Amino acid sequence: MKLVVNGNTMEVAGVQTVGDLIKELKLAGKGAIVELNEEILSKSEHAEAVLANGDKVEIVHFVGGG
Amino acid sequence: MLKIGNHEFSSRLLLGTGKFPNFDVQKEAVNVSGTEILTFAVRRMNIFEPDQPNFLEKLDASKYTLLPNTAGAKTAEEAVRIAKLAKASGLCDMIKVEVIGDFKTLLPDPVETLRASEILLNEGFTVLPYASDDVLLAKKLEDLGVHAIMPGASPIGSGLGIINPLNISLIVEQATIPVIVDAGIGSPADAAFAMELGADGVLLNTAVSGAEDPVKMAKAMKLAIEAGRLGFEAGRIPKKRYATASSPLEGMSV
Repeated sequence: MKLVVNGNTMEVAGVQTVGDLIKELKLAGKGAIVELNEEILSKSEHAEAVLANGDKVEIVHFVGGG
Repeated sequence: MLKIGNHEFSSRLLLGTGKFPNFDVQKEAVNVSGTEILTFAVRRMNIFEPDQPNFLEKLDASKYTLLPNTAGAKTAEEAVRIAKLAKASGLCDMIKVEVIGDFKTLLPDPVETLRASEILLNEGFTVLPYASDDVLLAKKLEDLGVHAIMPGASPIGSGLGIINPLNISLIVEQATIPVIVDAGIGSPADAAFAMELGADGVLLNTAVSGAEDPVKMAKAMKLAIEAGRLGFEAGRIPKKRYATASSPLEGMSV
């Protein structure tokens, strides 16, 4: 399946949900906040949000700022 | 006690988390500052770097109230999106509305700040807009229902201190919500001055993170803000053009 993650086009295998993708990228437990096709997901929705070919995923988090 | 929306704080220092030399210095500075509110920005994760540290965990952020900002937004819509992303973390309901209108001065866009604040209030956020020190803008933001108003002392990161103390004091005088002086603070004297003008709090970042010794400066800012607040509450003497003797004029032994 082809996804656009943070502007990078990438091919992923064995990934069905947003939760799977976060695990695949080894970003679990790092406070990832996800927007799927411009729709912001709550944390509890990650496990159920099903990905489809061509989906646009934004993964953000808190960084230092004033 | 500083009350912002449904939140109550005993510290009047809000500390930014940008540009510290390293996590250890930052953690120690945050600790000695006595702050209860930390600000953050929202940015893309580096998806190719699985070993990146969890910033919030490094800072022990669960001990603090988080105040994410919408830095990077140029329009109300961009600010609203960033605010919603921040809220989706499930860690906070407060948002510092920051819509920058000019990238040389980093001065906030008043029109977009008003629009973003209105939208976010309707969405149920606790809204703290970073604004210029315009007295009427502060009033209009308060009329919208924002939970605190955060006028800038001077441009972000400039360290120029309070450029227009008259405006800050007029904003304080008219406000019935907390006034937090945000941006431009350079020294403990600036922070104390803001508090003496009657501000309810001070938000600063670079003044601490960019100091030669950030930990020591964090302590200095804590004390300055406490001293300034006490001074404001105590009520300073009026300024006079000529001297008034402190010692009795009578009873001199000659």
